[in-house]
Amino acid sequence: MKPAIEIRKLGKEYTLSSAQPYISLRDVISGSMKNIFQLSKKKKEKFWALEDINADIMPGERVGIIGRNGAGKSTLLKIISRITPPTTGEAIIRGRVGSLLEVGTGFHPELTGRENIYLNGSILGLKRAEITKQLAEIIDFSGVEKFIDTPLKHYSSGMQLRLAFSVAAHLEPEVLLIDEVLAVGDMEFQKKCLGKMEEVSKNDGRTILFVSHNMDTIRKFCSTAILLNKGKMINKGETGQIINEYVSGHLQTNAETNWSEGIFSYNKELKLNRAFLHNNACEVLARFDTTESIGLTFEYEVLSANTQFTHGINLYNQENQHIFSSHDVTSALNNSKKETGNYKTSAWIPGNLLPEGIFSISIALFSQNPVDILIHEHEVLSFEIYTDFSKMNARGNYTKDFPGIVRPLIKWEAEKLKK
Amino acid sequence: MAIFRAMSKFIHHIKPPSGFSLGLKELWQYRELFYFFTWRDIKVKYKQTYLGIIWALLQPLGMMVIFTFLFSRTLKIDSGNVVYPVFVLSGLILWNLFSSSVSHAGESMIQNSNIIKKIYFPRLIIPGSAILVAFFDFIMGLLIFIVLCIIYNQPVSWQAILYFPAGIIIVLLAAFGIGTFLAALNVKFRDFRYTIPFMLQVLFFASQIIYPLFSIQQQWLKYLLAINPMNAAIEFFRSPLSGASPDIAVIIIGLLSTFIFFAIGIFYFRKTESYFADLS
Repeated sequence: MKPAIEIRKLGKEYTLSSAQPYISLRDVISGSMKNIFQLSKKKKEKFWALEDINADIMPGERVGIIGRNGAGKSTLLKIISRITPPTTGEAIIRGRVGSLLEVGTGFHPELTGRENIYLNGSILGLKRAEITKQLAEIIDFSGVEKFIDTPLKHYSSGMQLRLAFSVAAHLEPEVLLIDEVLAVGDMEFQKKCLGKMEEVSKNDGRTILFVSHNMDTIRKFCSTAILLNKGKMINKGETGQIINEYVSGHLQTNAETNWSEGIFSYNKELKLNRAFLHNNACEVLARFDTTESIGLTFEYEVLSANTQFTHGINLYNQENQHIFSSHDVTSALNNSKKETGNYKTSAWIPGNLLPEGIFSISIALFSQNPVDILIHEHEVLSFEIYTDFSKMNARGNYTKDFPGIVRPLIKWEAEKLKK
Repeated sequence: MAIFRAMSKFIHHIKPPSGFSLGLKELWQYRELFYFFTWRDIKVKYKQTYLGIIWALLQPLGMMVIFTFLFSRTLKIDSGNVVYPVFVLSGLILWNLFSSSVSHAGESMIQNSNIIKKIYFPRLIIPGSAILVAFFDFIMGLLIFIVLCIIYNQPVSWQAILYFPAGIIIVLLAAFGIGTFLAALNVKFRDFRYTIPFMLQVLFFASQIIYPLFSIQQQWLKYLLAINPMNAAIEFFRSPLSGASPDIAVIIIGLLSTFIFFAIGIFYFRKTESYFADLS
C-alpha cells in the first residue's frame, strides 16, 4: 500500500522585507527614489519556516503535529493543503484533501444558516449533491435547526461555531488537515466533533493530520505524532513517546525573547521588540522561588498613531492548563490611544501564588470594545518556580508531594478554646 | 476497498512553482465553486438593497435618460440612423458590464483574502465569479434594452445573432484579462486600487458610448481609440441596429488588443497566485 502522504525534503523560506507583510506602490516608488539618491540597498531578511521535512503517512493514520509556536506546524499544513507553495522539496498526496484551518471559512452574515452550509461546504470541497445528501444530518448535528432559515448575523457566536463545526465534521475527503480549530467552542460539542471524526477515520480509513496545542486531545485522537522545532522535524513516532519528548524538551525556561532575530511578531499597527522576566532587583531571571514576585516587562513599538489597545498576559502551567489571564486596568496607558513610538510595559505576578513547576506566558495587545486582538504571542517566556526553604513559604518544612494548581500562603489562625 | 479506488483518482503533486499552465482541468473540477461564489455575491448584493433586483434595471435606465437629455437634446450629438436613447443604452449596458467586471474582479482577491489564506482552490474562480455577477446585471440591462427597442420600433437585423454575442464575448474577455491583472496587482500593491476608478473614467470617454466612432474625423485617433476593446465590442453591438457593417479596422485592432489584455492578465495572475496567501 502506498502512503497517503509522502513528504520529501520539504522546505519553505519566507522573506521579511519590511515591517509590512505587503507593499504599497508608494513605498516602491519612494523606495526606488531613495535608492537612487542614497545608493543604499535594503537588506532582505530571510528565514526558513520549514526545513528538510521528510515523512510517509499511511492511509488511515491519524497524525498529531506538535511543537512550540513558530515550529512550522501551520506552515506544514498550509503547504500540504496547497494554500502556499513550498520553496524546496515536494509532497505527494493520494486522495482528496480537505483542510480545516479555520471553522466557518467563507461564512457570510447576510445569508441564512442553510445557505451558509452550502457555501461553506462547497468552499471546503464538498459537491452540492453531497451537501444535499447530508443536509438534514448536518443541521441536526449542529442543534440550530430552529434558526436554520435565519440570516447568520442574528446567530450568537456559539451558534455560528456549532454550525461551522458540524459542516466540518461531515467533510469526507480521504485526507483531512485540521489546525487547532477545535480549540474554540464549548467542550461538549468539541468532543462530539472529535468523536464523529474519529469514527469516520476508523471506519473509512481516512488520513488525518491534526495540529493542536492540547496534548490531551492529541493523545486521545492520534495514533502517531510528528514533533517539529524551529522548522525542523525532530522525531516521528508513537504519540505517547513523542509527547513525552516534547514535554521534557519543553520544560526549558526562557527568560528573554527578542523578536529582531528572524522570528517576527508584527502587524501594521504594532511590533513586539523584546520581552523578559526579572526580579525586584531588575536582574533578568527564569527561576524564582515561590515567595518572590515575578516581573514581566515587554517592549513594543506603535507603528500607526492613535492605535487603541491595552496589555494582557495569559499564564499556563506545564500541562498547558490556563492558570489565569490578566490585562492592564491600572497603568496610565491602559486602553488608551497611543502615539507612534516605543513603549515599555511591566506586570508583576505576585509571590506566594504559584507552586513549583514550569510556567509559560503568552502576551497580548488588544482593544476591549469591541474586542480586537492585535497581537497574541504564545509561549513568549517560560520560568521555573522552586521552593526556598530558608524563606517563609507555603510548604513550611514539608517536602513531600504537594498538589494543587496554585500555592497561596494562607493566613491560618488557631487558638485553644477555654473550656 | 472503494475508497482506495477513489484515492488513485486524485493525486496531488506539490512542488515549488515552475512553468505556466492555465489549469483548465482543475477549474473544471471546481466548477461548482464558480456557481457558489457567484450565487453568494448576487444574493448578498440584492439582499442588502431595499429595491433589490429593480436596482439593476433602474441604474442603466437612469443613465440613459440623463445622457439623452445632455448629449442628444443639448449638445446635439449625431447618432446616425439610430435614435439616441437606443444608441446610448446599447453602449451603456456593455460599458456597465465592462466597468463593474473590472472593478469587482480587481477588488475580489482582497475582499476574499480570508478565504484565500485558509483554503485552496484555483484562484481564478474569484475574479471569474466577480465577472459572472456583473454578467447577471448585464442580463437585466439587456432586458431593458430589448424593451426600449420595441418601444422605439427599432429594427434589428438578423446579424444580431452573431454580432451581439461577439460584442459581449469581447467585453467579457477584455474585462477578464484586465480584471485578473488588477486583482493580482492589488494583492501586491495595496494602494493600486485607488487608481482603478480613475482609469475607468478615462476609458469611458475613450469608448464610443455617448458618441459614435464614425463621427471622429482623424483616422489616427480612431485607430488609437480602437485599442480600447470596448470600441470593437460596441461596433459589433450597434451594427445590427444601424444596418451599417462594422468598421473592419476597428474590429481587428480591438480583437488583437483584447487577446493581448486577456493573455497578459491571465499570465500575470497565474504567475503570482501561488504567493497570494503569503501576501494577503
